[in-house]
Amino acid sequence: MTPTSSPTPTAKRQLTVPTVADLAAQGKVPEILFWVGCAGAFDDRYKRVTRAFARILEHVGTDYAVLGLEESCTGDPAKRAGNEFLFQMQAMQNITTMNGYGIKKIVTACPHCFNTIKNEYPALGGEYEVIHHSTYLQQLIDEGKVGMTGGESFKGRRITFHDSCYLGRANNIYEAPRDVLAALDADLVEMKRSRANGLCCGAGGAQMWKEPEPGKKDINIERTEEALATLSGAAAALDNLRGVETERSAPSEHSLQGAIIAVSCPFCMTMMSDGVKNKEQESAVQVFDLAELVASAEGINA
Amino acid sequence: MLQPILFALLLLAAFGLFAWQVRKIRANILVGRDRDMSGHAAERFNKTLLVAFGQQKMFKRLTPALLHLVVYVGFLVINVEVIEIIIDGLFGTHRFLSFLGPVYDALMATNEALAALVIVAVAAFWWRRNHNPPVRRFTGPELRMWPKLDANIILYIEVALMAALFFMNSADIKLHQLEGKDLPGVFPVSHFLANLLPASSVGTLEVLERAGWWIHITGILLFLNYLPSSKHFHIILAFPNVWYSRLVPQGQFSNVESITHEVKAMMDPSYEVPTPPVGPDGSALAPTPFGAKDVEDLPWTALMNAYSCTECGRCTSVCPANLTGKLLSPRKIIMDTRDRVEEKYNSPLIFHPNVYGEEAKHEPITDLANATLLRGKVTPEELWACTTCNACVESCPVNINPLESIIEMRRFLVLEESAAPNSLNVMFSNIENNGAPWAFSPSDRLNWADELYVAEKAAAATV
Repeated sequence: MTPTSSPTPTAKRQLTVPTVADLAAQGKVPEILFWVGCAGAFDDRYKRVTRAFARILEHVGTDYAVLGLEESCTGDPAKRAGNEFLFQMQAMQNITTMNGYGIKKIVTACPHCFNTIKNEYPALGGEYEVIHHSTYLQQLIDEGKVGMTGGESFKGRRITFHDSCYLGRANNIYEAPRDVLAALDADLVEMKRSRANGLCCGAGGAQMWKEPEPGKKDINIERTEEALATLSGAAAALDNLRGVETERSAPSEHSLQGAIIAVSCPFCMTMMSDGVKNKEQESAVQVFDLAELVASAEGINA
Repeated sequence: MLQPILFALLLLAAFGLFAWQVRKIRANILVGRDRDMSGHAAERFNKTLLVAFGQQKMFKRLTPALLHLVVYVGFLVINVEVIEIIIDGLFGTHRFLSFLGPVYDALMATNEALAALVIVAVAAFWWRRNHNPPVRRFTGPELRMWPKLDANIILYIEVALMAALFFMNSADIKLHQLEGKDLPGVFPVSHFLANLLPASSVGTLEVLERAGWWIHITGILLFLNYLPSSKHFHIILAFPNVWYSRLVPQGQFSNVESITHEVKAMMDPSYEVPTPPVGPDGSALAPTPFGAKDVEDLPWTALMNAYSCTECGRCTSVCPANLTGKLLSPRKIIMDTRDRVEEKYNSPLIFHPNVYGEEAKHEPITDLANATLLRGKVTPEELWACTTCNACVESCPVNINPLESIIEMRRFLVLEESAAPNSLNVMFSNIENNGAPWAFSPSDRLNWADELYVAEKAAAATV
């Protein structure tokens, strides 16, 4: 096994990400479709997550492909905003594409795409096995396909995981992302509002595309403050949180330097990153997706 | 002989009035749209056992859960005594269940202990609501006037009923002491209270005992008939409401069948759209709107939700929009739904629907006849503040789903009125034109894969 202390100058290989259409031309169907999602394809920050996850898929030798230009919005933001007509148009278009290729299994790094395809496509004729990348990464770690060695060490770094609503409450996936983070051997700390009590980042329900309604504060600021207070152990800030049963907390003080807010959703990524910038902590605290952390720990970024 | 006749009449009147009120509520719930909730009996049974009887979701917050548990168990157990009271009242017996012997002793002792604990718990509830400042979830524009008074009335009645129970028992004990007889049952609290009663004549105590007995049962029957006007109706509807919970993942929003037919017909001209339902005379019914403008556009489960709500505010207290100062309060939407269905259809005996002012950004409603749930009570600003995060749904101890009503009203705004905020219309047209909610060219969709390298390294399993 590669020793973690001396990163060996490994060769790098350029990837040609296979598309389902290319495979179909060769008479093949990928075992698993990597559904990239609009944020994964267009958002500059989340493209890095897509690239990290593609590296992992290549690294473990997954038989995968993407739809490429044939992929279209799942319709999630339209449906949450009440535009059921547009949602169903998008859904049926995607279902026609995927059924045409004989897709059976889908992995995606977006909880919104995950929820929509898994739960709302079946009623419209699209039945697939859909897994979120946090579950997929957990499986790779459990199977020993990813050893989380040979790359960056996260030992002792403070990491807090921000639950995505569409992964957590919407689909009851709380442990998979935590299991992935636990494999990093980092110093994991939980926010008070976590798991089923997790506080939304503020982007769901199509809020991502509109200004928030008038209020006292933006939701992502409220959530980022909680994350930062959790990472730094600021007791006063933690005591005043709303929406939780208040209990005295006596956390020890920590430096924020090198701390990480881990996310598993492109919109949470945007909201938490903006929040960290708003709090002027971007030089100390980084926001990473699970796939990025795994790819870094595995040392496969090139 | 007079007392049993009077009692039978009282009982008949009380249950008759209650049945009449329940029928009205049932009719109100059934104005909602049809939704097939049949099947999955085993799963529903388990859910009802855990969430409704077992109070599972209450225990997310320990202090109120324990206080509520006392009142809930007290309600269940003390009701066994109500059975005895009814039998005694109808047949002129005295403490009919006393033939149970030691079981009766245990039952009476438990009742008294619970009744004392109920008074303590209710005092704590009162303090949580009325001290300054109260627990935050007992505040808000929707929790003033009648809802605030209603909450306190319930607490006062509960204390009064427990006091009547003690009064009845202690007078009975004292009476038996004076007559030198042994009263069946063990009464840890009243035994002590009996000593505080003035040592007057047997005649006076007989009157006191009767008075205590009549006050207790009359109070219970009055309270029964107060329930339909009150948030306290949850003690009944919590059970069916949990039984009819949605069993699908919380992230799964309902599908609109009529739109499915339209879209299928658009994509495949040979698709046969099922014929729309016809009225009893064979003529086509007026088309149902997309989404919900008023209560009858909501599924009946949403209206049952409104009657199951005890206005505890857990939903609002965890709502990310509400706790950052937005107008949205999921509890208000549920309360508005009940107010609206009662305003439009059958009203309860006591009916004071919430009237909001400037704080809730409500325009004064001038045209009451044409006011609807949407805009009349729930403003678009509230609806657009929702992040669909499901925190309210998760937090509700009786599985009320405010999110579903929010989405139904959003559907009406978008599909019937084209009244989405402009930025969302931009998002819609991006999806239509580019297949993405942002204005990117669809031909750039695979650009993320350009210049992508992976470090060559054996996967862990193969090392």
